[in-house]
Amino acid sequence: MPVNESLTNERDMELVAFSVAGLKHCLEIRKILEIRRWSAVTALPHAPTDVLGVMNLRGAVIPIYDLAARFGLGKTEPNERNVVIVCAVGGKSIGLLVEAVSEILTIKNEEIQPTPDVQSAATKDCIFGVISIEEEMARVINLDFVVTVSASEAA
Amino acid sequence: MSQTNSIRDTFFEECQDLLEALDEGLNRIDAGERDADVVNAVFRAVHSIKGGAGAFGLTDLVGFAHTYETVFDEIRSDKLALDAPLIKVLFRGADHLVELVEAARDEDDFDASAHGAILGDLKNYLGGADEEEEVVFEPMALEFGVQDAGSVLEPQSAKRQYSIEFKAHEGLYKNGHDPLFLFRTLTDFGSVTAVIDPSELPDLTAMDASAPYLKWVLSVETEQTEAELLDVFDFVKGLCDLSCSEIDATVDSASLVGEAPAAPSADVTEQDNPIEEDRVPSAAGAPAAPAGKTADPGQSGGDKRPKPPAPSLRVDPDRVDRLINTVGELIINQSMMAQRVSQLDQEHRRDIEGDLEDYKLLARDIQEGVMAIRAQPVKPLFRRMARIAREAAHATDKLVRFDTSGENTEVDKTVIEGLVDPLTHMIRNAVDHGIESPEQRRASGKEDTGVIHISAAHRSGSVYIEIRDDGAGLNRPKIFDIAVSKGLIPSGADLSESEIDNLLFLPGFSTATEVSNLSGRGVGMDVVKNAVMSLGGRTSIASKTGAGTTFSIVLPLTLAVMDGMVITVTDETMVVPIASIIETIRATPEDIHSLDADGRLLSIRGNFVPIVDVAQRLNFNTPEQDREKVFLLVETASFGQTALAVDAIHDQRQVVVKSLEAAYGRVPGISAATILGDGKIAMILDPESIVQMAPSAHTHNLQREYLHACE
Repeated sequence: MPVNESLTNERDMELVAFSVAGLKHCLEIRKILEIRRWSAVTALPHAPTDVLGVMNLRGAVIPIYDLAARFGLGKTEPNERNVVIVCAVGGKSIGLLVEAVSEILTIKNEEIQPTPDVQSAATKDCIFGVISIEEEMARVINLDFVVTVSASEAA
Repeated sequence: MSQTNSIRDTFFEECQDLLEALDEGLNRIDAGERDADVVNAVFRAVHSIKGGAGAFGLTDLVGFAHTYETVFDEIRSDKLALDAPLIKVLFRGADHLVELVEAARDEDDFDASAHGAILGDLKNYLGGADEEEEVVFEPMALEFGVQDAGSVLEPQSAKRQYSIEFKAHEGLYKNGHDPLFLFRTLTDFGSVTAVIDPSELPDLTAMDASAPYLKWVLSVETEQTEAELLDVFDFVKGLCDLSCSEIDATVDSASLVGEAPAAPSADVTEQDNPIEEDRVPSAAGAPAAPAGKTADPGQSGGDKRPKPPAPSLRVDPDRVDRLINTVGELIINQSMMAQRVSQLDQEHRRDIEGDLEDYKLLARDIQEGVMAIRAQPVKPLFRRMARIAREAAHATDKLVRFDTSGENTEVDKTVIEGLVDPLTHMIRNAVDHGIESPEQRRASGKEDTGVIHISAAHRSGSVYIEIRDDGAGLNRPKIFDIAVSKGLIPSGADLSESEIDNLLFLPGFSTATEVSNLSGRGVGMDVVKNAVMSLGGRTSIASKTGAGTTFSIVLPLTLAVMDGMVITVTDETMVVPIASIIETIRATPEDIHSLDADGRLLSIRGNFVPIVDVAQRLNFNTPEQDREKVFLLVETASFGQTALAVDAIHDQRQVVVKSLEAAYGRVPGISAATILGDGKIAMILDPESIVQMAPSAHTHNLQREYLHACE
């Protein structure tokens, strides 16, 4: 199962499901540090559109990404109901703006299906695969992709 | 030996102390103190360095230290007079010694030609005695120093020989004692030779591995009394058999060491003696102290002993940085709470405000305390500058005395490190351009020797560093002419004296018509100014023709906290470092002049300064309206004065600097971030990079236009 290599090796895994641009996404719970209500951020000059700015998390400066914009699904208009998922990646903390968090799923590792062959390479890179939750499809996000691309853009 | 490295490190650490003692001694000699104490202190310092260096096989260092020491030996025995030229050579020798030690420590090369020259100078004073043979170093010869130092003031006979018989009981080991440490302590009193008496050792088959069988016979040559020696064994009283007796020197050497010579070098035994071997690493520093103590108890022995190192704590700098960071949070948290509380209604507020005030004071105390951990005295920095001044004086054939004051002023470590280059440059400048040649000085009625004074002081939360020379002062007409010829100012410009002085800081300005190998290597005072500015400080000049020049540097105490001006750009709150702001200007539309499509100038008291729109440079989408009413006049190294157009200026406050680069990446125009009282993050503007962000051709035009406008 090459698709799942970067995921946990345990058979059972927990995912946090949330919606981005009306679509269901999920992220492995181990990577999530906390979930916060959206509050205004400080804009960064010369930032790409998917970087909303920086937020003060108990004295640490963390960048906030708009996941919808990052996945090319249009900009999220932040409002009070939105949440920021703070996760750890590459030794840093980053925040992801999503519309709303819905549930925590426990799934078996093999339930993740490889991304179907689609044209866009970017789409393939940004998710590990898809799972089906009650007839609905959810994408499992590859967090490393979110950061690496932004780093090259920011440079 | 796995310990070799740490022992080596210890040696180099001790070398620092010894070199400091050497420097201090030389300065006292230079100031006219000629008594034996001072000379001996220097001698011992050099000797200890030689001793330690020998143990590590640093032959160049040993050779040089030996020659140096021999010169001092001549001085001690009044064969050489301490006159000004000799002192100069001694200073240069000491400087070279520092270099050799540093080269040895970093396993680097040193300047071989300088080495030869200085060595030659020193040897000239020795009258070409057959020096070379003696350079061969004997590892134990450092004991010479101890004994010689003593022998200067007291006859050799003051030394007595004791024989100590020591046999440990089982309990001694069980209690965690180690005879080796005891013996080592004895070596502080004089030379010690230990011989193991294995006569009680049973046959291997009958031996109880945990039982002690060995007996030691120690022969100690010292000026200490028997009681003092036995004090060493105080802790193991009752845990050993101990006997001590004074013996005749000759009997001793014959009976115990056998073939050891009777001369003071008795301790240069070839015997592979564990105690002696262990002595070597500590020898570099240790022997000087007891020698000073024993040499003449009647005199004020205090200052000739190298100062015992003040008790200090070695802490990983990362830990301190983490602590500083956390304290930064605390301060931010405190101001957030203060802001929240101020929004409460009167009734609730009253109770809590008093407590909050206490909290604030405590937080400030903690912050100051933590910052102080990173603070270091500027003394080592000043000593380095003294060396540079001497080198520079030597290279230019000028006579220069280097004075310091306030060398115990403490400054953040990072700031000290950042000061090395600018200060070096300024000192070289002061010697090269400031101080006149002895002939010129005499002609203008001054002493032959010029004085460069460097001082440091704390004043109202900042560090002031001043470099003052008593040279000719700035040659303003010359500076003016050069600035004109380099196209930095128009030829008819009417500048005040201080404006002319400040031309020195312009990029591309260098008064040296020829590139000397000292200052003027294509880098000018603008580099100094830049370096100081990057530390959040500023520089200024004061000069009086014929009387000298003073450069002042004002620096923040720390880099973790910064004084900033809070401003608004479109809807964003930002912070501009106070250090870079010259003044804030509220301009009327008439003061703003359009140059071309997007270039505009601001007229300030008849001068035109290019305007940089911060919002535009930062790519903030701004509706074009008549926003630009407030300007910050900033000084930048690359483009001189520039007016930054912002929307509003709020207040001035201390902010805690947070790295943005670590969290996200580099952002053009922004140096870092900070957290304001309301918990929001604010960007800290970097005026230098904001100004540089413009296409340079465009700004060049602006500058040229600016010059035209001045005409």
